[in-house]
Amino acid sequence: MGGNLKKRLSPYLQTAPANLWLWLFFVVPLFSILTISLTTGNSVEGFAMTWNFSVYPDSISQYSVQFARSFMYGGVSTALAMIAMYPVAYWIAFRGGRRKAVFLFLLLLPFLVSFIIRILTWQFILSDQGIVLGTLKDLHLVPQDLRLLSTPSAVVMGLTYDALPWMALPIYVSLERIDRDVIEAASDLYSSAWQRFRSVILPLSAPGIYAGILLVGISNVGDFLSAQILGGPSTTMIGNIIQTQYVQNQNYPVASALSLVLMVSLLIFVLLYGRIFGSQTIKDFV
Amino acid sequence: MDRSKESARSGIDQAAWIRGLTEARMSRRSVLQKAGAAALVLGASGPLVACGITGTKNSNSNSNVDWTAWWKKQKRAGTLDFANWPLYIDTDNGKHPSLEAFTRKTGIKVNYKAVIQDNAEFFSKISPVLQAGDSIGYDLIVISNGWQLNQLISNGWLTPLDKTRLPNFKRYAGKVATTLAYDPKLTYSAVWQAGVTGIGYNPELTGGPIDSIEALFDTKYKGQVGMLSDDDEVGSAALLALGIDPPTSTYEDWQKAADLLTKQRDQGIVRQYYDQSYIKALQNGDVALCQAYSGDIFQSNNSGYPNLKFVVPKQGSMLWRDNCVIPLNAAHPVDAIEWINFYYEPKIEAMIEDWVNYICPVPAAQPVIRNQLDDPAVADSPLIFPPPSMLKRLHEYPVNATPETHQKWTGLFDPIIQS
Repeated sequence: MGGNLKKRLSPYLQTAPANLWLWLFFVVPLFSILTISLTTGNSVEGFAMTWNFSVYPDSISQYSVQFARSFMYGGVSTALAMIAMYPVAYWIAFRGGRRKAVFLFLLLLPFLVSFIIRILTWQFILSDQGIVLGTLKDLHLVPQDLRLLSTPSAVVMGLTYDALPWMALPIYVSLERIDRDVIEAASDLYSSAWQRFRSVILPLSAPGIYAGILLVGISNVGDFLSAQILGGPSTTMIGNIIQTQYVQNQNYPVASALSLVLMVSLLIFVLLYGRIFGSQTIKDFV
Repeated sequence: MDRSKESARSGIDQAAWIRGLTEARMSRRSVLQKAGAAALVLGASGPLVACGITGTKNSNSNSNVDWTAWWKKQKRAGTLDFANWPLYIDTDNGKHPSLEAFTRKTGIKVNYKAVIQDNAEFFSKISPVLQAGDSIGYDLIVISNGWQLNQLISNGWLTPLDKTRLPNFKRYAGKVATTLAYDPKLTYSAVWQAGVTGIGYNPELTGGPIDSIEALFDTKYKGQVGMLSDDDEVGSAALLALGIDPPTSTYEDWQKAADLLTKQRDQGIVRQYYDQSYIKALQNGDVALCQAYSGDIFQSNNSGYPNLKFVVPKQGSMLWRDNCVIPLNAAHPVDAIEWINFYYEPKIEAMIEDWVNYICPVPAAQPVIRNQLDDPAVADSPLIFPPPSMLKRLHEYPVNATPETHQKWTGLFDPIIQS
């Protein structure tokens, strides 16, 4: 009997640290954010619970533009990062030879420098008379009044840049795990290089793409630094609004409501995405 | 300028340059702090659980204390814990000569910490401590005029200054330190430094000098105008452009200002709403003109950008102040107030002013800087010792002391800055 109980309890005991972590640092704060979002008041006189559910429709309608923009920037930057990094991961996995570890390290090397510094460097690179635009303008390759800083493209560029290694690593892992015999078998069956890629390698690397998109997409939608540093007057993302409402204006209910809406909409996106492209389909592919 | 003088100044120029990179005023709303704020969102939500959040009003206030009697009982402790912004005091090889002079004279040891980098962020750190009625660990802090200082005052979280212990202040404080809209009776605040928010511009890109605030709203400079991302600055500039004195403005005036700013943004005139990075945008030529803090342009001129100009437009400019205040429950209030009094001695203020280069609260420091420190560039700068003709054109900020007015103000101007 005792042994039986122990057996039944053991999975719970094993997951206890993770459970504790989740409850303490996720569920409890989440509950407190939910409560705060339904209060009204101000920081001086205090916030009282008034079950003010209208904060949700109000803040969604007031900031719908910023919500839509965040998802658009997040989506575009994730797609760009995938297009840019798939070939890199492919090359390291199949052509990297004995130096794979070195190449992976090189990929991560810039990320040893603080994010703020790197994004500030982009500001320097993209400035109107900076090393890129200044040179191109001197050579008359681009119009003199072309601008990158303070435009949506600059924000997407910043988001894409930061996403690169987080996209490359999972794709690399999935490519690396592909059994080389399977590819050889495809060649033996007279497949062309394109057919091998299309019917064998790409489907087998789908889990890596899936993980990369999740990793990058979620963090990019909620990002606020790129928009703040590289953006212009109309590139504000929802992360910037939440930050201002919370720290500058001490408008805790609106900040909490916006955070929850962002979280729930990301969750819906992840669930749908998982349904459509998730593990089920990957098995079908295989 | 002869050679020896030039090399003597280069040390200061270098300081100006370093300060230009990391300076206090500029990091007010800078990005580094905002990154930290994200972590704060999580951290602060802990104590906020349960239904509702307690307000800060009347928590542990100064209202039921007889301050005259209280000050009489206080004794010098021999220690001063002083929190200031980075690079906001004279520095020589990592030492601060003015603080050392203070220690030599009074025997008070100063723990000087340059820990304040953003008003909102610093306020969010000390606010729960003050609310609980504890000491924040500093006897003297430097806070800019604005919403956070208004809250410190209205919550009763500051120690009223004992004027009898401030003879130097009484004798030497200039107009910038004695006419404060947010603290009219000077109950709590002694100005550390002041400054002007005017227009910085690059004459090559604007095609000539600028003298009107209307240039910021001129379609001629479409896409070349920078505005600050601080709602107080943006709103006040629009009020000035409409010919309205900001501190006496009404809600209707604010709406007119908001309309003007919305139009300015929608016509594509604004390149960007900048935090402190505006100075780099001006230096890089990304903007032709921008709202600017006086000290920054002065420092740029001394560090490789002599072409940039600063102007107080004919409609006037905003005058901001950073204030020394003594928080409630400070452990060494006498030491703090002795330092304030010491600071207002022209000889000491001159030492600090010659290094810091914002607007000096002590006009009598001017001859000291010119004659004894031999630095006419600083002594003659109208942005450090503004002549009366300029002082007349400097405006106070609107004091939105209650949460209601503050919410009305931010509700109008934040959506323009963050669209």
